[in-house]
Amino acid sequence: MKYLRDIGSYFLMIKKVFGSFTKTSVLKHLIFKEIDDLIIDSLGIVAFISFFVGGVVSIQTALNMDNPLIPKSLIGFATRQSVILEFAPTFISIIMAGKVGSFITSSIGSMRVTEQIDALEVMGINSLNYLVFPKIVSLMFYPFVIVISMFLGIMGGWVAGVYGGFSSSSDFVAGLQESFIPYHLFYAFFKTYVFSFILATVPSWQGYYMKGGALEVGKASTNSFVWTSVLIIAANYIITQLLLSS
Amino acid sequence: MIKVEDVHKSFGDEEILKGITTEFDKGKTNLIIGQSGSGKTVLLKCLLGLFRPEQGRIYYEDKAIQDMDDEEQRKLREEIGMLFQGGALFDSMNIEENVMFPLRMFTKQKKADMLERVNEVLKRVNLENVNKKFPAEISGGMQKRVSIARAIVNKPKFLFCDEPNSGLDPKTATLIDTLIQEITHEYDITTVVVTHDMNSVMEIGEKVVLLKHGKLVWQGTNQEIFKTDNDDVTNFVYSSDLFKKIRDVQLKEG
Repeated sequence: MKYLRDIGSYFLMIKKVFGSFTKTSVLKHLIFKEIDDLIIDSLGIVAFISFFVGGVVSIQTALNMDNPLIPKSLIGFATRQSVILEFAPTFISIIMAGKVGSFITSSIGSMRVTEQIDALEVMGINSLNYLVFPKIVSLMFYPFVIVISMFLGIMGGWVAGVYGGFSSSSDFVAGLQESFIPYHLFYAFFKTYVFSFILATVPSWQGYYMKGGALEVGKASTNSFVWTSVLIIAANYIITQLLLSS
Repeated sequence: MIKVEDVHKSFGDEEILKGITTEFDKGKTNLIIGQSGSGKTVLLKCLLGLFRPEQGRIYYEDKAIQDMDDEEQRKLREEIGMLFQGGALFDSMNIEENVMFPLRMFTKQKKADMLERVNEVLKRVNLENVNKKFPAEISGGMQKRVSIARAIVNKPKFLFCDEPNSGLDPKTATLIDTLIQEITHEYDITTVVVTHDMNSVMEIGEKVVLLKHGKLVWQGTNQEIFKTDNDDVTNFVYSSDLFKKIRDVQLKEG
């Protein structure tokens, strides 16, 4: 019963986010601020993780190729497929659920605890539009983060493969170009957009409707990470089934 | 003026407000007092339109809040200033941006004009050279004063204060009380203060409304408090020895 109520309250929140808009000049300022907080500030960690995980994928593929008949170009091929199809869109989104999701929940939750949200409401401002809408818009730029992650993941794979002595550069590049299906990029970016909406709204819901004090803000942040991750994994499964299985 | 007529509010099976009827006068500091759990904050939230009463009506000047459409309610809220218990300043904004916030949201003034008004109200609450500081960098008393500045910057008709001097030392609490009263007279606004602080009642209680278990049990001025023999008033006010002694002195002096 509680879950049904929560689901209902989540969708009602989404409806309110798009009602009674805040003044455009103020919204513009808020959107730029959110892009800075949610997108730009995440680039460092995304770049670091992408580069090294790409490298690990490349090494793991190379070390599991016992049969001499399998071409070395498979290392590049496997790295590309892993990074584009799953690592960059899904794995990075889970990491963002921890970084960005916790940030969103704790910042909105703190505003709830310290009556800042009540202050907005008393002034006649639609607090959900003021707080959540800029986050949804700023996370529309999230696919740019994923592009960077894809590039650096493949780059990390190339560095590890070539400089680790597992493959020549030409073999790796040949693997990258082998059997490339552009539709896979559509699939990757489609699910990235779905994940970006989940990343903006689920942590906002957790923060906005939390009750209690500082301890509950911490609990809400943990719940936010758990639920955002669960929804990303579930959405990933459904989207993959719908877009790739036919 | 704000008129409250037979307001009832419940949460689940529990009735919190049981038919409150009173008036809050323009140009006066109106105090709602009572013990914790008496329904003060619920009444305040009903006045602000954050809670919708199941029964009864609340009039702002001549129009009931229940009869207002969304646009009218939004316009009314632009005319309301609110001082929250903890200040409720926006952490991500500096003092200047906090005070300027209502002007940015509801007016089309140029930035220079807004800044001039911000400096004017900050000066009025005796705060200068704090414009670029963040709320976390100033004291609790200063935060309350910034909050008052934000509440009055857009020249409201109604000012609401929720426990304005909680957590402050007696001297700063007196300063905040005095400031609220001065601003009420200066701007000729209707001020409603929720408090359980008897010092506030004695200092600025031009009209006092006592709530007990969700019912209005007494109303009058702070001077009348000493003269009344209403049991609820005496039980609430004279739970403190200090006020018992003050009452004895007042009675002796006639």
